[in-house]
Amino acid sequence: MVQLGFDPPALDGDTRTLALRGRLTIAHVQHIADALAALPPSGRQLRIDLTAVERIDTAGALLIHRLMARWQAKGIEVTLITEGPDAPRLIDEVARHDEPAAEPTRKRSLMTLRLERIGRAVVEALAGTIGFFAFIGQTLVVLGHTLIGHRKFRWNAFIHQCEAIGVNALGIIALLLFLVGVVVAQQGAVQLRQFGADIFVVNLIGRATMRELGILLTAIMVAGRSASAFAAQIGSMKLNQEVDALETIGLSPIEVLVIPRVLAMALMMLMIGFFGSVCALVGGGVYVWLDLGMPPVTYVQRLQEVILMSDFVIGLIKAPVFGLVIALQGCYQGMQVKGNAEDVGARTTRAVVESIFMVIVLDAFFAVFFSALGYN
Amino acid sequence: MQAPPNLSPLLPDDADVAIKVRGLMTGFEDIVVHDNLDLDVRRGEILGVVGGSGTGKSVLMRAIIGLQGRRAGSIEVFGQDLATLSREEDRVLRRRWGVLFQEGALFSSLSVAENIQVPMREFLHLPQGLMDEFAALKVAMVGLPANAGAKFPSELSGGMKKRAGLARALALDPLLLFLDEPTAGLDPISAAAFDHLVRVLRDTLDLTVFLITHDLDTLHATCDRVAVLAEGHVIACGTIPELRRFDHDWVQEYFSGPRGRAAVPLTELAA
Repeated sequence: MVQLGFDPPALDGDTRTLALRGRLTIAHVQHIADALAALPPSGRQLRIDLTAVERIDTAGALLIHRLMARWQAKGIEVTLITEGPDAPRLIDEVARHDEPAAEPTRKRSLMTLRLERIGRAVVEALAGTIGFFAFIGQTLVVLGHTLIGHRKFRWNAFIHQCEAIGVNALGIIALLLFLVGVVVAQQGAVQLRQFGADIFVVNLIGRATMRELGILLTAIMVAGRSASAFAAQIGSMKLNQEVDALETIGLSPIEVLVIPRVLAMALMMLMIGFFGSVCALVGGGVYVWLDLGMPPVTYVQRLQEVILMSDFVIGLIKAPVFGLVIALQGCYQGMQVKGNAEDVGARTTRAVVESIFMVIVLDAFFAVFFSALGYN
Repeated sequence: MQAPPNLSPLLPDDADVAIKVRGLMTGFEDIVVHDNLDLDVRRGEILGVVGGSGTGKSVLMRAIIGLQGRRAGSIEVFGQDLATLSREEDRVLRRRWGVLFQEGALFSSLSVAENIQVPMREFLHLPQGLMDEFAALKVAMVGLPANAGAKFPSELSGGMKKRAGLARALALDPLLLFLDEPTAGLDPISAAAFDHLVRVLRDTLDLTVFLITHDLDTLHATCDRVAVLAEGHVIACGTIPELRRFDHDWVQEYFSGPRGRAAVPLTELAA
C-alpha cells in the first residue's frame, strides 16, 4: 500500500500538475488535508492527477472538491485526470452537498453561563413545584369523580399495583426492619445498662418503632422500590407515545395510570407500615430475649404496657400520607418525561430523591404537630 | 419449495462474494425463523430483501452482523466468519460496514453531528475540525438541513432520524451497508433522493448494499437483485423481471398486485 501523498505541483508554463497517490480515504486524509489547503493558487491551469490514487471516498472527494473550488475562485481552470468516471462523479456528488458550515454559536463568558445556569435552575425548581401542585390538583379532581362514580375505578390495575408495591416488598421490608429492631435494641441496651436501666430498652423499642422508625424506614424503602418503578414505567410509556394513545382513545392517563397507583400505594403503605413496625418489634424482642434473657411473653406484656394507643394511631395516620406523596411524586416525574431515554433515568432518580426528601420533611412536620397537640 | 436454477440464491463459485450465508438456522425458543437458509451477496451489488411481515428479514440482517445468535450454519462477510474472529479482526471487520436500523437507533444523548462522529472517534484519530467537516458533509448528503447537525435526536421527526441514522452508517464510508427499511416513513421526494444517493454511493464507492425494504419503488430504482424470504429461507433471488415470471403465489401477488404494477416503470412494462 502506497502512503497517501503528493508532490509539489509541477510547473509547465502556466499549467500546474498535482499528482496524488495512495488511498484518499477518511483514514488517511488528515495527513495531507492541511498541506493541500496551504497550496497557494497560481498559474492559469491546474491539473489534478488522481490516476495513482488507489481508492477515494467521500472524505477524499471533499478535500479534492475544496481544493478545486479554492483554485477556481481565483479564476484558474481546474481539470481532473482520472482513470474511470467514478471519481469525478463522487466529487460532483460531494460538491452538490458541500454547503458552507453553519455559523458556530457565539462563545459566551463563563460568568454569564454560570448565571444563566443558576437562573434556569431556579425557574425550573419553581416550575417543578407549581407543576407538582397542579398535578396533585388534577389527581384529586379525578379521584373525586371516581369516588362519586363519574369515572370507572380500575380494580385490576389497583390489585396488580397492590401486589407489586406491597406483597412483593414483604420480604425485604421484613428483613430490613427486623435488623433495625435488633440494632435499636442493642444500642439502647448498651446505653441504658450504664444506669442499670436496661429493662427500659423495651420502652425504647416499642415507642420508637411504632411511632417513628417503622413507618419512616418502610416509607423510604417503598420510595426506593416503587417511586422509581412508577417514574420509569410511566416515563417509558410517555416516550412510546402510549400516554398519547390513551388520551386519543378517550381515556384519562390520570384515571388509568395514576389513580390506581396512588390508592394502592396509600393502602399498601398503611399495611406494610404496620407490618414493618411489627417486624422491628420482633427483631428487638429477639435481641432482648437472647441478650437480657427476657422471655417473649414478658416482652409482649411489657410492650402492651408501654406502647400508647396514640403512638399506634399516629403511625397509622402517617403511613398513608407518606404513601400518597411517594406515589404522586413517582407518577408526576414519570409524566414529565420528554425527549429521550436519558430523561427517564434522570426523572427516576428525581422521583426517588424527592419522595424520600418529602417523606422526611413531612415526618418532621408530623412530629412537631402531634407534640403540639400534646401527644408526647 | 426449490427455486428454479436461474433464481437460485447461490452465485457461481467464482463470483466475488461479499456476504455468504450457508445453512443458516435461527430461532427464538421454540420458534424457528430461518431453516437452512442460503444466500450470496455479490460485491458491489445492491441486494433487496423482501418478504411478508415476520418472515425474518431483520433477523437475517441481525444474524449477519452478529447481533443474533445462530443455531447452525455459517455466515461469512468478506470471507471471514464473525464467530471465529479475534477481537482485533472483529474490530477491523466492523469498521468496514455501516448499519441503519429501522428506527435510526441514534444515541439519544448525543447530537446528530456527534452521532456521526462516534465511529470516527472510535476507529480513527482525526482532528476535531476535519471530523466536523466530514459530519457536516454527511448531514448534507443524506438530505438534512445544515442546522440538523447540532440537534438532538428527540428534536427530529421520524424521517429525519432515519436520515441521520444513515449519515452515521456512512460515517466511515463503509464497503458494506445494511439498511433496514430505509425509506419507510419518508415522503416520496426524500425517498427518491435516498434511492439516488444509494446508487451513487454504490457506483462510486464500490459499495455493497443489503437492503431490506417494502418500498416497491425503491426496489425498482435501486436493486440489482431481489431475494424473497418465505418459509424460513430464500425461495428465490433474481432481478425483478425474472421474479415476476416466478410461479409462486406470494411473489406473484407481491410484484403483480395493484401496488406492484403501479411501481413498474413504463419502459419495463413495454418490454
